[in-house]
Amino acid sequence: MARVVVNVPAQAKRGEVIEIRTLAGHPMETGFRRTQLGELIPRDIIRSLVCTYNGAEIFRADLHPAMAANPLITFTTVATESGTLEFRWTGDNGYSATQTAAIKVV
Amino acid sequence: MLAGLPAAAAGEIPLAERRSGYEFMSRETRAMQDDAVTGPAVLWLLDGEALWGKLGCVSCHGDAKNSMKGVAARYPALVDGKLVNLEQQVRHKAPALAYESRELLALTAHVARQSRGIPIQINEKTKPFIDAGRAFFHRRQGQLNLACAQCHDDNWGKKLAGNTIPQAHPTGYPIYRLEWQTVGSLARRFRNCLTGIRAELYAPGSPEFLELELYLMWRARGMKLESPAVRP
Repeated sequence: MARVVVNVPAQAKRGEVIEIRTLAGHPMETGFRRTQLGELIPRDIIRSLVCTYNGAEIFRADLHPAMAANPLITFTTVATESGTLEFRWTGDNGYSATQTAAIKVV
Repeated sequence: MLAGLPAAAAGEIPLAERRSGYEFMSRETRAMQDDAVTGPAVLWLLDGEALWGKLGCVSCHGDAKNSMKGVAARYPALVDGKLVNLEQQVRHKAPALAYESRELLALTAHVARQSRGIPIQINEKTKPFIDAGRAFFHRRQGQLNLACAQCHDDNWGKKLAGNTIPQAHPTGYPIYRLEWQTVGSLARRFRNCLTGIRAELYAPGSPEFLELELYLMWRARGMKLESPAVRP
């Protein structure tokens, strides 16, 4: 199950700095570990997270091995106008997850 | 001269001096547990809520928010004369759910979540099992010849390598453990400790683990449940 959770304030004042928290359920297998039989466990990680605000990209992160499972990524942006934030995670083995959140700017 | 020594040495921890593992954690780890929206255990809670409907739990028990309130604080308990823990009771109609499977942990976390903040209350009728668990807790075992009590009763608060030794109150199971990078049961935590002292491991649901779990819950009686907790 590709579970993702985002936390965006439902409402903000124009020009206010808002905090956005994102959580993605993912094992983030590094590709360096071995099984008890000595076989290498193939890498399986999220490669990137992109956030767009009414279509414009406002945040992008590249993820790498050695990042913890279920990565929590927090960032801030300026609330400019009401609309939609879209989050897209992509990764190895065709992993893809999207989530949207609405924000009302007053 | 002896009067100045702490009363806690070599013996059960006085009720007023008991502290949840939460109080031994760093500020950052506490923040992870307190984050109700993007805390790591939320991923399991969401799955558990979905499974509650999908597996049909809802058809007998209704909304877990009402029917499961306080339930986790009473387990392990006697069911038809047999000692069962919360996981076993959760899978009573879904025996296909394996111990330590993501599904069983998620469902157990969802049930336990409804008892957050409720004090642990163990039925006194389980006394013979509590006594057996206490004996296990005080029995030296493994190649290191250590008893649980030597760390968790006599030396809590001190360091074992870089880690603070907690008092071993199971107030938050199933837990999201940073070391595991996932959610795990109390039985898994037991296996960690037993591996550490190089002792014999028991299977989840074995009488030894059930009695130990019961004793620890009884030992933590009156303390508030925090499930699903985060631990380092």
